[in-house]
Amino acid sequence: MRNLIAICVFALVLLPLPLVLQSEFWLTWVILALFYAFLGQAWNLLGGYGGQFSFGHALFFGTGAYCTAVLQVRFGINAWAGFGLAAVAAGFVGAGTGWLVFRYGLRGSYFALVTLAFAEVFRILANTFEFTGAGVGMLVPLQPGFAQMQFESKAGFFWLLLFLVSASLLFSWWLENARFGARLMAVRENEDAARALGVDPFRTKLLAIIASGAFSGIGGAVYVQLFLYIDPNIAYGSAMSVEALLVPIIGGLGTIFGPVLGAFALHGFAEIGRLVFGEAPGLNLVLYGVLLVLIVLFLPNGLFGLGKVKFGNGMLRRLFKRGAHA
Amino acid sequence: MTDKTSDLRVSRRGFMAGTAVAAAGIGGFPAILKAQPKTIKVGILHPVTGPLAPSGQQCRLGAKLAIDTINANGGIASMGGAKIEPIYADAQSKPDVGVAEVEKLNEAGATAIIGPFASGIALATTQAAAKHGIPHIVDVGVVDQVVTRGLTNTFRFGPGLSKIVDSAIANLVSLNNGAGKPAKTVMIVHEESAFGSGMAKTLNERLPAMGFEVLETIPHANPTRDFNNIALKIKGRNPDLLIPSNYYNEFVLLARTLQQQKIRPKAIYAILGGAASQYRFVQEFPAAAEFIMDCNHWFDPRNPVALELKKKVEAEKAFFSYEVFLNHECVRLLADALERAASADRGAITQALAASGWSNHFMPYGPTKFVNGQNEGAAPVNTQVIGKDIKVIFPKDFANAKPVFPAPKA
Amino acid sequence: MLEFSILLPAILNGLTTGAIYALIALGLTLIYGVLHIINFAHGSLLMLALYGVFFLNTTLGVDPYLALPVLALALFGIGYGLQRFVIGHASHGKDENILLVTLGLSVIIENLALYFWRADTRTIDTPYSFDVVDFGVAFIPVPKVVAFGGALLVAGLLWLLMARTDLGRAIRALAKERQGAKLVGINVEHIFAMSFGIGCACLGIAACLLLPSFYVSPQVGHAFVLVAFTVVVLGGMGSFVGALLGGLIIGVTESLGGLFFGESLGQLGIFLIFIIVLLFRPTGLLGQKA
Repeated sequence: MRNLIAICVFALVLLPLPLVLQSEFWLTWVILALFYAFLGQAWNLLGGYGGQFSFGHALFFGTGAYCTAVLQVRFGINAWAGFGLAAVAAGFVGAGTGWLVFRYGLRGSYFALVTLAFAEVFRILANTFEFTGAGVGMLVPLQPGFAQMQFESKAGFFWLLLFLVSASLLFSWWLENARFGARLMAVRENEDAARALGVDPFRTKLLAIIASGAFSGIGGAVYVQLFLYIDPNIAYGSAMSVEALLVPIIGGLGTIFGPVLGAFALHGFAEIGRLVFGEAPGLNLVLYGVLLVLIVLFLPNGLFGLGKVKFGNGMLRRLFKRGAHA
Repeated sequence: MTDKTSDLRVSRRGFMAGTAVAAAGIGGFPAILKAQPKTIKVGILHPVTGPLAPSGQQCRLGAKLAIDTINANGGIASMGGAKIEPIYADAQSKPDVGVAEVEKLNEAGATAIIGPFASGIALATTQAAAKHGIPHIVDVGVVDQVVTRGLTNTFRFGPGLSKIVDSAIANLVSLNNGAGKPAKTVMIVHEESAFGSGMAKTLNERLPAMGFEVLETIPHANPTRDFNNIALKIKGRNPDLLIPSNYYNEFVLLARTLQQQKIRPKAIYAILGGAASQYRFVQEFPAAAEFIMDCNHWFDPRNPVALELKKKVEAEKAFFSYEVFLNHECVRLLADALERAASADRGAITQALAASGWSNHFMPYGPTKFVNGQNEGAAPVNTQVIGKDIKVIFPKDFANAKPVFPAPKA
Repeated sequence: MLEFSILLPAILNGLTTGAIYALIALGLTLIYGVLHIINFAHGSLLMLALYGVFFLNTTLGVDPYLALPVLALALFGIGYGLQRFVIGHASHGKDENILLVTLGLSVIIENLALYFWRADTRTIDTPYSFDVVDFGVAFIPVPKVVAFGGALLVAGLLWLLMARTDLGRAIRALAKERQGAKLVGINVEHIFAMSFGIGCACLGIAACLLLPSFYVSPQVGHAFVLVAFTVVVLGGMGSFVGALLGGLIIGVTESLGGLFFGESLGQLGIFLIFIIVLLFRPTGLLGQKA
């Protein structure tokens, strides 16, 4: 219940932001942070709650993106319809890959690597066929306005993303309280024990990957509307896959707000990095990497585990100790 | 004026009063208080990190040199010697970061933006800039759609893909005819993303009509680790002409592999070849580079300003590549517009750019004339590596060497 | 058809390219086999090693092949340090944290390289860069032939290390049975670090053998990482002979795929193999059962 209230507060507090925030730059920043939060929420469904770490979530993101781009450019279909179909297409791909992969019992790092491979395969295919624009990519024509989901003012995108993030938060909340969520988390903790208790791991994981995929596909569609351009590298490349997993892990796996926290934190760090090292190419990213490493070293449960910071004597002792330890 | 420096506790009224007096002072006594010309903020946006970093860094260098020179020569005269203040931004080789940086530049008060080198990023940044009415000069970004979307704030100084391919084919035909038509068969090797694929498509459409037979078109990935198989195919099919279109790394590997396998078509005619007209390549692999032709962005080789700049760039241990001189001239294009607009207002600058007739540049373009954002006079030229130097062989107006075609047998 | 006439040269090319993949994968498979770490920083460490070879050559005139011991030692040291002092402390019992740490490290290394050495592509010129060996059916460049030999040698040495030395026994014990190894007095942290170090030393060797026929830039690691993972999976995580075989198979597949389906689409072959192996035989050709 407490979480539900938190979600409502979150949504309500952020709702008037575009009207209050004077700076367009910060509004754009929040929009992008919300976008990555959404992507992270999607990944979290499968990775955080389901314990299946995907390294190739760009597979779903890209499919959703290309779906809406192709439908708009080649078939003149309305952006909103494309948006919905993107979710369906991505969910479908999730079902297909999930069926294949879970049927053969791939788990842990094997699962992670196979998702990476699938993303690469789709990237190469998208790059080969004229249908998806091959190497040139797809450019969605500029048609500002609500009808084509190309809001004239940034506020439109903000509210769309706020809605989507809130929806995903509610979905996560539902997951934590529903039977399905309990089954999913049981599979995460110990798949064999879960099976012994009557849970069907295959079905459970399959549903999770479909949901996760569908949400990611929606993220892809939003990206296309934001930037009106997609190419195989953006759609299926590793950048999106990395963002998708980084955000929830840093924020707190398997928590409702983790990905949101992670997205805002990570992009905040990136911004600080740019501020400090503006003109020296690369140094801001070095800072980003350093922060990442530090967070992992000292906050193993992500930002959500802020109460359990491990540093001080323990680490120093281990650093300088020789010989076997307990 | 009262001296308040020793008294740090300045009351609000005192502060306002002091400021008012100071302002009056500046306004009223220009001779005594030298008028501080304000600076004109210009966003310089390039991918200086990520996969496009090599080009992005060269772009930034070119812009920086131009700005330094303009400022050293007194800034923008019509605005009281106001200096150009560059705001450097990194697009990180990603369109979404490019857009975020445009927003930042907007907040920081940039009156114009120059960049962002890559077509994909340019499509996004020009749109973002258009929302704020910021004039955006695209330095390279050759893909046609950059200037076909009806954005009035977008200006491309250099040529676009269609123009480049048109020129390349026309020049190739002239070249071939001039040498007695030794080339009939062609093989195309191109990188698989936007510009390479676009190039290959157009070539396949147009070359047959010009009397050339395309034996095979080979796309390759970025990055490609090994060109031996492609080299073998080239050897097997033995085309008269090889047309590569790729980025620097792949071009170098391809050229080296051809040299290793002792494959020498009658000519290598690159179009936007990644290394074919790059001094670094010529310096590091003179044997592999000799006689390679390119149809690419280039400067007027007889222009003293260009040659002067080349020396300066080389003194900084960098290479005088197209990223450098295109950005250099884009900055000067903007400076010319600023002079005529005599204002830092974005709308005024946009109008000044649209009406630009700037001809004091060192590109082989003739006087500037923007139609729908594209500089009509912009065109590539044909270069050839002759005697370890890059010479211009076409068009005749800018040529400083005669083409060696077909390449002599090794 | 043209394709068939160059079939043999394509296979030979594939073998030599595959040897480089194998060299890079050898380190990765050791690290994965023992530490169960998917080392995201592998590509950046390779890049670091390549720069090492580059600078030794351009500032001190050291031939890349002579620089072998230097690079191997240097990378060993770096790897040992990273594992002992950074990565080893990151896990706190969660595998994903190790992943993130290696990811963070790769970002740091890559961008430091970008900052210090600029983004340009660098190459070296050696007297034998353009020499070729005539195999009758094809000309194979000398550096690639040397790389092939090098890969075989390194795989053999690693196997010897694992099979015949105390260190190797300790590593294998730790890989198989972590708790048991601790109980018999094996210094877990030290052995882990040694393994990581040796894995990185392989990168040092790979770099020396690669640079004469390739180039270096801050981004160069990316070109090899995914292929290296594929080789590890195909060969079996933890198996050196597997990595060698896997590398050669991938090299030939890539070569033939490129020949018959085009260089772009041909890359598909690599990932399809990856997927098929993972689905139907996750332990790879020669790997241990997980």
